[in-house]
Amino acid sequence: MPKPRLLNRDEDSLPLDRELLVRMHDLMVKARVLEERLIQMYKQGHGYFWIGGPGEEAFNVPLGLLMKKGQGPAYDYLHAHYRQSATMMALGEDPIGALRQMKNVAADPYSGGRNFAGHFSKREWNIAPVSSPIEVQYAMAPGTALAQKRHGGDGISIVTGGDAGTAEGDFASCLVWSSRPGNELPILIIVTNNKWGISTPGETQHGETHIADRGKAFNIRTKTIDGNDPINSYLELKEAMEYVRKERKPFLLEAMVSRLYGHSSASGANFVGNEQDCLAVFEERLEKHGILTRKEMDELRNRYTEDMAAMARQVREEPLPAPETIWNHIFAERK
Amino acid sequence: MANMAQAVRMALHYAEEHLGVTDIFGEDVGAPLGGVFTATQGLKTAWNSPLDERGIIGMAIGLAMAGSKPVAEIQFADYIFNTIDLLKIAGNTCWATNGDWNLPMVVKTPVGSGIRGSIYHSHSFDATATHIPGWKIVIPSNPLDAYGLMISACQEINPVMYLEPKALLRIKGEERIPGEPEDDKLLSKMIDAPLGDRSQWKPQWPQLEAYAVPIGKGKVVRAGSQVTVVSYGRTLPLCKKAADDLAAEGVDAEVIDMRTLWPYDWELIKGSVEKTGRVLYVNEDTEVTNFGEHLVRRTVEELFYKLMAPPRLLAGKFVPGIGLADTLEMASVPQQGDVTAAIRSLASEQP
Repeated sequence: MPKPRLLNRDEDSLPLDRELLVRMHDLMVKARVLEERLIQMYKQGHGYFWIGGPGEEAFNVPLGLLMKKGQGPAYDYLHAHYRQSATMMALGEDPIGALRQMKNVAADPYSGGRNFAGHFSKREWNIAPVSSPIEVQYAMAPGTALAQKRHGGDGISIVTGGDAGTAEGDFASCLVWSSRPGNELPILIIVTNNKWGISTPGETQHGETHIADRGKAFNIRTKTIDGNDPINSYLELKEAMEYVRKERKPFLLEAMVSRLYGHSSASGANFVGNEQDCLAVFEERLEKHGILTRKEMDELRNRYTEDMAAMARQVREEPLPAPETIWNHIFAERK
Repeated sequence: MANMAQAVRMALHYAEEHLGVTDIFGEDVGAPLGGVFTATQGLKTAWNSPLDERGIIGMAIGLAMAGSKPVAEIQFADYIFNTIDLLKIAGNTCWATNGDWNLPMVVKTPVGSGIRGSIYHSHSFDATATHIPGWKIVIPSNPLDAYGLMISACQEINPVMYLEPKALLRIKGEERIPGEPEDDKLLSKMIDAPLGDRSQWKPQWPQLEAYAVPIGKGKVVRAGSQVTVVSYGRTLPLCKKAADDLAAEGVDAEVIDMRTLWPYDWELIKGSVEKTGRVLYVNEDTEVTNFGEHLVRRTVEELFYKLMAPPRLLAGKFVPGIGLADTLEMASVPQQGDVTAAIRSLASEQP
C-alpha cells in the first residue's frame, strides 16, 4: 500500500501549476452554479426531480480533466452515476444539456426528455448511460474493460458510484470480474463516499472500516483519499490512473466527499451547512496563495450565474418531445 | 442430422468465424465442459465466467458498448430472474438515450420442462421475456431453425434473447443444416468433445453456410383449413404430431411455429385465423399473464368477426413450480394428450 499523502494546510506553495489550479477552480464553480441552477429550476416548477453532485466537485473535476476523452476502446469509458455533472463540465460539456434534461425538452441531448436530470449519456465520449437503479454500472464496467484489454493501448474503464450502493451485489461482481487471476482488467473502481444512503447514515449499515478495504481481499490495489481537496484528488487520481493504464489491472479508489444539498429533491434539495464545502475551502487556499482574488472569484461566479440563468430562460421556451416519439428508438436500425 | 445443441454450436462457430462474435461465455461455457448441454464445445471464443448471472449480463452489456459482440449464456433460465433489472436496462438503452447507444448482444438460456429438472430447472421465460421491451426474442423448435435463428441473432444490432427449449436440445432434426455431413456419426466424431481428457482435442468443423432464419418470421409447419394452432419451442412438435394424428379423424389443423416471440409474425397468424376461424395458442409457461393471453386478446380485438369459436390458450398451470415426480410434471405443463384433446375439442366446437 502506498503511504497516504500528507495534507499540509500550512503549505508554502500549491503543488500544481497556477494554470491548472485556475482551470480546476473555474470548472468547480461552473459545476456548482449549474447544480444550483438545476435545483432552482426544480423549485420553480421547471422540472420534476433533481439529483446531482454539489459537494463532489473537488473530486469530479480532476476526474474529467484526467480522462482520455474519445469514442471506442482506445479511450476511457465512464460508467457514472447521477452525481457526475462536474466531470462532464471538466470534459468540456455545454451546461445547457443538463438544463434541457432537467426541463425534459425534446432537445435534451442525453435522453430526448425521457430521463431525470444528471442522467448523462454521450457515446461520442464513451459516457455510458446513467441509470437510476444504483450499482448496475459496476456490473457493466468490466465488459468495456475487457474489450479495452484486448484492444491494447492505454484506455481504461472508470466506474463511479456512492458508498451506500456498495451494499449491492453488483459491487462484489465488479471486484470478482476485475481481478480474475490472469485476466485482470484495466478498470478504475471509484466509490465517492458521502457517508449517506439517501436518509440513512452509512455507519449504521456498514461494518467495514473503509470500503476500499474490500478490494484487498481480491488483491486489488486500493486507497481511501480526501476527495474534498481538488489538489489531492488530482494527484491521487493521476497516480491511480497511471497504474491502471500501465499495469492493465484494477484499482479501487474511495474518495471521501460531501453531500451539500441532501440526496435529491425528494429530500428537499436544501443546502445542509454542516458538511465541508470543497469549493469554499479551495477558494480560501487560492486566495491565500495569491492565485486568485476574492473579487475575481466572485466575478466568475456571477458570470456563470448569469449565463446559466439565461440558458434556463431559453430552455423554458423549448418544446417538449412530441407524444408520438415514444415509439422512436425502441430498436436501433442499421444506418 | 444434427441435434439442436450441435446446431447451436455450429451456428456459434460460424458466427465467431464470420459474423464478428468475440465472446461466448457464461458458467461452464468454455473448455473442458463446453456448456451443460454441450452447445459451446470447441468454440475458440468460448470462456468460463464466474458463477454470477448479474456479472454475466453486465459483462455482455459492457462488451457490446465497447464494440465487441458477445453471446452470453445463463446456464438455466431459472437463474436469469436475478438479472431482470439488467435485462430491462439492456432493453431500454437505445430508447433511454434517444438512439445514441445500441447494444448488439445475445443472451442464450435453456428454458422449459421435459428433462425432469424439478422446481429449479424447468422454468419457462417467454412470459417474462416478452414483458421487457427493447429485446428481440427467438425460440427454435428444431435444429435447422436453431441454427438459422442463432445466425440472425448474431447479426443483430439490438439485444436478442435466444431461448433454447431444453427438452429439444438433444433431439435430432429432420432437415439438414447447410454444410453438415450426411452421416450423423461422422458429425459427432468431428464436433463432439470426447469423454475423458479433452485438453488436446480440437473440433473438425464442417464447411458451414450462412443460413439465416429472419427474426420476426413464423412458419407454417403444417397447412390446414379447419383450425389454427400457434405454438413454439417444446410444445411445437406436440402440436405438429397432434395435427398429423387428428388428420385420421378428419380434423384438418394448420400449425404455425412462431419462432420469434418479439417482434412476432402477426400477419401469418392473422391470415391463418381468417381462413380457419378457430385458433389455439399453445405454450408451457404459466397461464396467468402468459404471452398467449396477449395473442388471444389481439385475436379477439382484431379478428372477432372472423371467429367461429372463442380463441383458446393451452399453457402451463399457474403453480409455483414443476414438481420432480413424473406425475407432477405431466400435470403441470401441456403434454401430447392435452394438446391433441385441445385441438380436437376446438375443431368441433359449435356455438
